Amino acid sequence: MQANQVEESEVSPLECFRQMCLIRAFESEILVLNQQGLINGTAHLYIGMEAIAVGACAAMAECDFLTSTHRGHGHCIARGLDPRRMMAEILGRADGYCHGKGGSMHIADITKGVLGADGIVGGGIPIAVGAAYGLRMKKKSSVVFSFFGEGASNQGSFHEALNLSAIHRLPVVFICENNQWALSASFLETTAGGSVAKRAAAYGISAEDVDGNDVEAVFTAVARATTRARAGLGPSLVECQSYRWEGHSVFTRHEIRPQEEVELWKQRDPIERYRRKLLESRTSAAENLQKIEAEVRTDIAEAVEFAKNSSPPDGRSAFEDIFA
Amino acid sequence: MRQITFVEALNQALQEEMRRDPLVFIAGEDVGKMGGLFKVTQNLFDEFGPERVLDTPISEAAIAGLGVGGALVGTRPVIEFQFLDFVMIAMDQIVNHAAKLRYMTGGMVSVPLVARAPVSGGIGLGAQHSQSLEAWFAHVPGMKVVMPACPSDAKGLLKSAIRDDNPVLFLEHRRLYGQIGEVPEGDYLVPLGRAEVKRVGTDVTVVATGRTVPLSLAAAGKLAQEAIEIEVIDLRTLKPFDLETVLESVRKTSRAVVVNDGWRTCGYAAEIVASIQEECFYDLDTPVQRVCGGDTPMPVAAVLERAAMVSEDNVVASCRTVMSV
Repeated sequence: MQANQVEESEVSPLECFRQMCLIRAFESEILVLNQQGLINGTAHLYIGMEAIAVGACAAMAECDFLTSTHRGHGHCIARGLDPRRMMAEILGRADGYCHGKGGSMHIADITKGVLGADGIVGGGIPIAVGAAYGLRMKKKSSVVFSFFGEGASNQGSFHEALNLSAIHRLPVVFICENNQWALSASFLETTAGGSVAKRAAAYGISAEDVDGNDVEAVFTAVARATTRARAGLGPSLVECQSYRWEGHSVFTRHEIRPQEEVELWKQRDPIERYRRKLLESRTSAAENLQKIEAEVRTDIAEAVEFAKNSSPPDGRSAFEDIFA
Repeated sequence: MRQITFVEALNQALQEEMRRDPLVFIAGEDVGKMGGLFKVTQNLFDEFGPERVLDTPISEAAIAGLGVGGALVGTRPVIEFQFLDFVMIAMDQIVNHAAKLRYMTGGMVSVPLVARAPVSGGIGLGAQHSQSLEAWFAHVPGMKVVMPACPSDAKGLLKSAIRDDNPVLFLEHRRLYGQIGEVPEGDYLVPLGRAEVKRVGTDVTVVATGRTVPLSLAAAGKLAQEAIEIEVIDLRTLKPFDLETVLESVRKTSRAVVVNDGWRTCGYAAEIVASIQEECFYDLDTPVQRVCGGDTPMPVAAVLERAAMVSEDNVVASCRTVMSV
């Protein structure tokens, strides 16, 4: 395959820190807005998992694509979508990315390669493979990143898609966000073999199992997989171990997970860990990080303001956009 | 004009569209080197190669995902389900994704995907290889459903389906594959969403789809000997369907029979019957009749299969019923 010119990605520590803070602040605000009754529907929050989306998207080039999940806000923010239009979508406003038709679970921006969040567990994985096939046919050097949770690895679509991508050596990076729990079912209770990464071996797909709360570890593994994909060496899988701090969705009141486990993972906070690392390595001074956090607070306040000021869509538009 | 078979007409449509647009590709089980179980993709592998005529694993969900993802990034996939029954493995991709992605994204993306599949029974393949599931898909907003009844429409509709920017389920009745007819050469397009009056008549409007079109034409020939003049409408596109052509005919004849291979209960015919009575109840002289497949899984033995499927005699009987009231 003829490779188009693609710049080697390199990680910018302060940008990673900023994006993780932005995701955290965005999701925290969703909790508030939900309590205020401003969200018609639900939202699945990414708090605790910020390092995965940020580390992985840092490895993406402009020409790359991704498929996301029901827990997709983090991927969208890390890919550079506008938090104002995301917030408007979640609040069901006309200025939202999908003009209020998609909501939290379907935010997309094809111009940034975001093929869409997805309400069906495992639904995006075969689509990523199809996109990779189509892009290769169009002689693009794009790589497609497919985010999915550990629960999706028990869907048939995961296995069908891995197999198909491997036999055609397609440029796909499968990124498993193992947050240890489905709604109420733990990973080990539901997943034979106890490892998503090991499943890749059966398809001859190279895989890594990384600390998903270490943004640079995620970046390094995903960047390696991306280089392989772009070089025509086929798909890879990166399993990122992490944890969601909040319930499955903002609807979920009943929490089945042991409280000590939740607390243990909160001590592994990806943002605080990265802050310590940046300070200890003298990559940044504390006041620079505080400045970033202040900017992020302003960004989110603006996003909320923008969303609240955006009109609800015209009711008649419920019957538009069904057919092209 | 050249006479070719229904299968050859489909093959011609695929070949012409693939020559016209390098972004059209085919994927499915046995579609490549073998040329398809029913030979619809014959010789295309030799001309266009393995990338554009892709033999896939037996993975219907992945085949459909290949189509959806390929369509999202601007290629024009034509996927084949070897039997429509197998689409059930891929329902999530077709119904939850292909049909809804445009809507869910507020019109941001389109999914120009054609999913072809042989449909219905009549060749003794039983309950898991003979279903007429068109009503399921016609029910879903965002899907188009097309079902040609003659070779020229097979060609013209398939070419239009490939050029359409929406997901199109393209249903081919296996009993029609060998049918021979005149097919225009070159760039012949039949627009989606338009029915055709296949026989003009004054007494009864018969609205038919797929195989039941030639069957209804045969019934009309028989009834003509009794001086009953049947007008046969071939819907051609089941969703969105051409209600105007149906209503215009029913207003003229005041009697209607709707024929469809699918199951009767909650079936496709019910939608047409309901639309007719909603729009021109006072033009009707008699209740609208349905002739449908029996409400049973498809049996295998020839005598049982015949009993379960719509026959020419059923159509004749139904037309006589509406004429006798």
